[in-house]
Amino acid sequence: MHPVLTLVVQRIALGLLLLLAVSAVIFLGVAALPGDTAQAILGQSATPQALANLRIEMGLDQPALTRYFNWLGGILTGDLGTSLSNRTDIAAAISQRLGNTLFLAGWAAVISVPLAILLGLVAARYNGRWPDKLISGVTLSTISLPEFVVGYIVLYFLAVKWQLFPSVAMVFPGMGMMERLNAVILPVIVLVLVVLAHMMRMTRAAILNVMQSAYIETAELKGLSPMQVIWRHAFPNAIAPVVNVVMLNLAYLVVGVVVVEVVFVYPGMGQYLVDHVAKRDLPVVQAVGLIFAAVYIGLNIMADVISILANPRLRHPK
Amino acid sequence: MRIPISALIGMFFTAAFFLAAIFAPLIAPFGMAEIVGGVWDPASGTHWFGTDAIGRDLLSRMIYGGQTTIFVASAATMLSFTLGSVLGFSAAVAGGWVDQGLSRMVDLVMAIPALILALVILSVLPVTLTVLILVMGLLDATRVFRLARAVAVDITVMDYVEAARLRGEGWAWIIFREILPNALSPLVAELGLRFIFAVLFISTLSFLGLGVQPPLADWGGIVKENSSGLVYGIPAALIPAFAIAVLAISVNMVADWVLSRTTSLKGGRG
Repeated sequence: MHPVLTLVVQRIALGLLLLLAVSAVIFLGVAALPGDTAQAILGQSATPQALANLRIEMGLDQPALTRYFNWLGGILTGDLGTSLSNRTDIAAAISQRLGNTLFLAGWAAVISVPLAILLGLVAARYNGRWPDKLISGVTLSTISLPEFVVGYIVLYFLAVKWQLFPSVAMVFPGMGMMERLNAVILPVIVLVLVVLAHMMRMTRAAILNVMQSAYIETAELKGLSPMQVIWRHAFPNAIAPVVNVVMLNLAYLVVGVVVVEVVFVYPGMGQYLVDHVAKRDLPVVQAVGLIFAAVYIGLNIMADVISILANPRLRHPK
Repeated sequence: MRIPISALIGMFFTAAFFLAAIFAPLIAPFGMAEIVGGVWDPASGTHWFGTDAIGRDLLSRMIYGGQTTIFVASAATMLSFTLGSVLGFSAAVAGGWVDQGLSRMVDLVMAIPALILALVILSVLPVTLTVLILVMGLLDATRVFRLARAVAVDITVMDYVEAARLRGEGWAWIIFREILPNALSPLVAELGLRFIFAVLFISTLSFLGLGVQPPLADWGGIVKENSSGLVYGIPAALIPAFAIAVLAISVNMVADWVLSRTTSLKGGRG
C-alpha cells in the first residue's frame, strides 16, 4: 500500500478509537460522578416512589457497562433514545435543528475562511507596519471577548441602534433561501468575528515562519514583488499549517455556535443542548454532547489528513 | 528595565479590578440584592450606571459581581495550576507508563470541547460555586499539564537533574527543587492566559444560566439578567460585557509583556 494511504488510514482509525473513548467518557464518566443521578434530576424534594420509578426508567438498576453498550448500540443504529422531560424521540427532535445549526456554521465558515487567509496574507506582507498593527490590534481585542459579549455588542448596534438587521434569528420550515439568510445574518457576523481573529493570527504566524526560509530570500533577490513572493513561494509552502489552522478554528465554531444560538434565540442544536442541561435531561445532553464531540474530532482528523496529503515528502516516497 | 506602557496600563486596570473585588462591601454604594429604584432607571447621581431589570443598583451589582467572577476564576486557576503542573512535572520525571497513562488521559479530555464537557457534567451535578470551581479547574488542568510536561521534559535531561538523581534524591526533591525553579517563568506567563480563560468560561456558563445562580451576582449573569432590555435600546447588559472585556484585555497586556520577557516557550492560547 502507498505509504500516504497507510498514514491516512492509521489517522482515521485512531480518530474513531478516540471517538469511542470519548463516548465512554460522556456516558460512563457521568455514571461515575458522585451522587445519585435520579436524585439530581428530580431534586431534593422527590418522593422515594418517584425516585424508584425514574431509576427503572433510566435503567439505573442495571450495571453501568450494560447501559453503556445498549446506549452505544442504539446510537450506531440511529436511535438516540427518548427525552426525559417531554418524552419525545431525540433523533426526531434533533434532525431539523442539526440542519439549522449546520446552515449557520456553514455560512460562517464560507465567509470567515477566505477572509482570514486574505487578512493573514496582508498582515504578513506589511509585517510590523500599520496595516499589520491595525489588523492585529483589532483581532487581539476580539480574542479577549467571550462570544456572547461580541453577540450583544453586534445586536445592540446593528439591530437596535441602527435597525439594519432583525434582532432575533427566526427560522422555520418552508422559509425561502433569501429570507433565511436575512434572518441569520447577525449570528453569522458574530461567529465570523469570533473565529476570524484566531484563524487570521495563526495564518499570519504560519506565513511569517515560511518567510524566513532561504528560497524566499532568493525569490526576493531575483526581483519579485513582495506580493508575488508571498503568493508564489510562501503561500504554497504554508498551505499545510494554514489548513491545520483553518480546521482547528472551524472546530472552535462548535463551541461558538452554542453560545451564539442562545444570544439570538436560534432554533439549533446549541440552544437545544443548553435548554436540556437546565432541565437536567441527561439522555438529550449525552446524545447532543456526543454529536458535538464527534464533529470536533472529525474536523481534527480532517486537519491531520490534509496536512499529511499536503506534505510533498510523503507524496513522493523514494 | 523599562516596563512598556501597555503593560503598565494593563497592570493598573488589573489591580483596580482586584482591589474593587476584595473591598466590594466597602465600595459598593448599595447592597447586592437590594431593590432601590425602578426598572432600568437611567444613570443618575445616586445610581451611576442606572438600575437593573428589577430595580437594583447596577454599579453595586457590578462590584459584587466582579467579586464573584474574579474569586471563582482565581480559585479555578489556582486549582488547575497546582494540579496541572504537579502532574505534568511528575509525568516528565517518571516517564514510562506513568507518563503514557497521564498523557493519553489528557488527550482524551482535550478531545471534547471544554464547554460541551462542562455542560454534560453540570447536567447531573448540583450547580454550586464549589462544583463550578472544581469542574473548571479540572478541565483547565489538562492545558497546564501539557505545558508543564513539555517544559519539564527539556529540563529533566539537564546535568543538574541527573546529578540530583545520582545523589539519590526522591521525586519530590527533583520536582520542587530542581525543575520548578527553572520552569517557573513560562508557567507564570501562562498563568495570566489561563486566568482570562477562566473568567471567560465562568461568564459564559453564567450567561447560559448554568453558572453562578441568582440572586448572587456575577458579570455573565448580569448580562443575562439585563439582556432583554437591549431590544428596547437599554444598554445595561453592555456594562458587565464591557467590564469582562477590559479585565481580559488588561490581563492579556500584562501576560504579553511577561511572555516577551521569557525566552522560547510554546504555550497554547484559548
